Amino acid sequence: MKKELPNDRRKFILSMARGVGLSAMGALIWSAYVDEVKAAPLILRPPGALDEPDFLKTCIKCGLCVEACPYDTLILAQPGDNNPIGTPFFVPRDVPCYMCDDIPCVPVCPTGALVQDSVTSEIEGELTWDITKMDMGLAVVDAESCIAFWGIQCDACYRACPLMDVAISLQYDKNERTGKHAFLKPVVHADACTGCGLCERACVTKKAAIYVLPNEVALGEVGDHYIKGWDKADEARLKDAKGETTVTDRSNRSAVDSLNDAEDLY
Amino acid sequence: MRKIRYLLMRRFTQIGILILYFGANAYGWTILQGNLSASLLFETVPLADPFALLQMLFAGAVLATDVIVGALIMALFYAVIGGRAFCSWVCPINMVTDLANWLRRKLGISDVQKRVYMSRNVRYWVMVMALLLSAAMGLAAFELISPIAMAHRGIAFGMGFGVGALVIIFLFDLFVHENAWCGYVCPLGGFYSILGKFSLFRVKHDAEACTLCMKCKEVCPEKEVLFMIGKNSGSVLMGACTNCARCIEVCDDDALDFSIRSQLEKTIEQTKEKA
Ligand code: SF4
Ligand code: SF4
Ligand code: SF4
Ligand code: SF4
Repeated sequence: MKKELPNDRRKFILSMARGVGLSAMGALIWSAYVDEVKAAPLILRPPGALDEPDFLKTCIKCGLCVEACPYDTLILAQPGDNNPIGTPFFVPRDVPCYMCDDIPCVPVCPTGALVQDSVTSEIEGELTWDITKMDMGLAVVDAESCIAFWGIQCDACYRACPLMDVAISLQYDKNERTGKHAFLKPVVHADACTGCGLCERACVTKKAAIYVLPNEVALGEVGDHYIKGWDKADEARLKDAKGETTVTDRSNRSAVDSLNDAEDLY
Repeated sequence: MRKIRYLLMRRFTQIGILILYFGANAYGWTILQGNLSASLLFETVPLADPFALLQMLFAGAVLATDVIVGALIMALFYAVIGGRAFCSWVCPINMVTDLANWLRRKLGISDVQKRVYMSRNVRYWVMVMALLLSAAMGLAAFELISPIAMAHRGIAFGMGFGVGALVIIFLFDLFVHENAWCGYVCPLGGFYSILGKFSLFRVKHDAEACTLCMKCKEVCPEKEVLFMIGKNSGSVLMGACTNCARCIEVCDDDALDFSIRSQLEKTIEQTKEKA
């Protein structure tokens, strides 16, 4: 009996090690895959969706929003789409979001991945659907392939926009080439554009010259360092701002001296 | 018919539920909308997969009440009728693995194949790993790779349903290891095993009637749960039993049947005696 003991223990340790090794391997492959699919930045979510990381946490992939959409705009990501499997999204060039007045896709969401509050407004004390608050993305114009920038009158996107003159407007510029015509250039206003993609759908070029991108992709970010001095509200940010003074050896001399003193350079 | 009465009922519920989901999306039926992850019954009652919900909570999601109520309803339902009843009465993968198992028996593969050792507990580890990964990655980890979800979602929404995953499971179950996916790996099965540990509906064995033919053990996908066959009478109490009733159908001696958990029966009898 005694002889078998170390053998048993060895077996036990070996099988433990095997278990740990296999689980580690599984966990690595699994997490690598999860990492891969969740890094799909070019995906447009239904109206009222949470920010992408929270949306991915919260959506249970039931497809109730997909069923509620009367235009078959929304689809669930399939295996092989390279999008997080099972989550709803839309491809505006195929079917844009028609910005339904009653936004039927949002209230059916059981998990809160689509947030009613983000697309409703209080009008005369009553909570009402407000399509202007939708924010699925931002339309971006490629001035190279938009024929309006060539001087051809088009305005298809402008007319397609449900928020015409608010989300998208036409800018009249003189066409210096002909000297007598005007450019009617589409300009999208980021604060109003909902990213519905009706413009992208309507665009007449072979591949749309105006297309919707997720906000995180389409928009830059200024940061805190710049303030619009002409904007009272923005200027107010300066009110309690505290300057930070860095003191080095150089601070002992005046700035002018410091600039004129070329000694260090040679 | 008698020999397959439960099988027919199981296929009826399995396929019926999928048809309802499909019809909801394709024709706008409002009986059962959504899919097995979360659904809406008669446009009022929310239902949700409690394991998916658990992963989402581990991922740190702040959830709306609908889905929480839905998951509680489902959890309660399966806790009472037997957690893994989901496996044999609802889950679409079950049809694939049953087919593989059936073929295995017909081709006699199990007889010639040496048993590879695999622990039934792997599924609990996969389940724990699913929860830990959900927490670490910030999203429901198993839901992203679940062949079950791919299948029911794909069928309900008429799109690609991860045929690849289904074929892998089928071939693996057929040629590599008997009942490998459902019997050893699937974390959802593991979750429901735990959830149904104390469920009321159970298969009950009558050792007196048993002739030790062992057909039940041959057909059972979770043979361990039938350890008492021929030894002593009593209910099948292990959570891994899927309440599929294959053993009941196959038994020619009426030694197996459904019953309410024996403890409960006893207390009922006792209270009756007292009265
Ligand atoms: S607002 Fe209307 S068209 Fe747009 S996704 Fe929702 S249901 Fe579909
Ligand atoms: S209804 Fe909500 S939880 Fe369901 S798929 Fe749509 S966004 Fe996800
Ligand atoms: S996406 Fe296009 S059509 Fe839609 S609101 Fe923006 S500019 Fe208008
Ligand atoms: S073990 Fe998993 S795949 Fe198999 S029937 Fe149960 S839930 Fe479905």
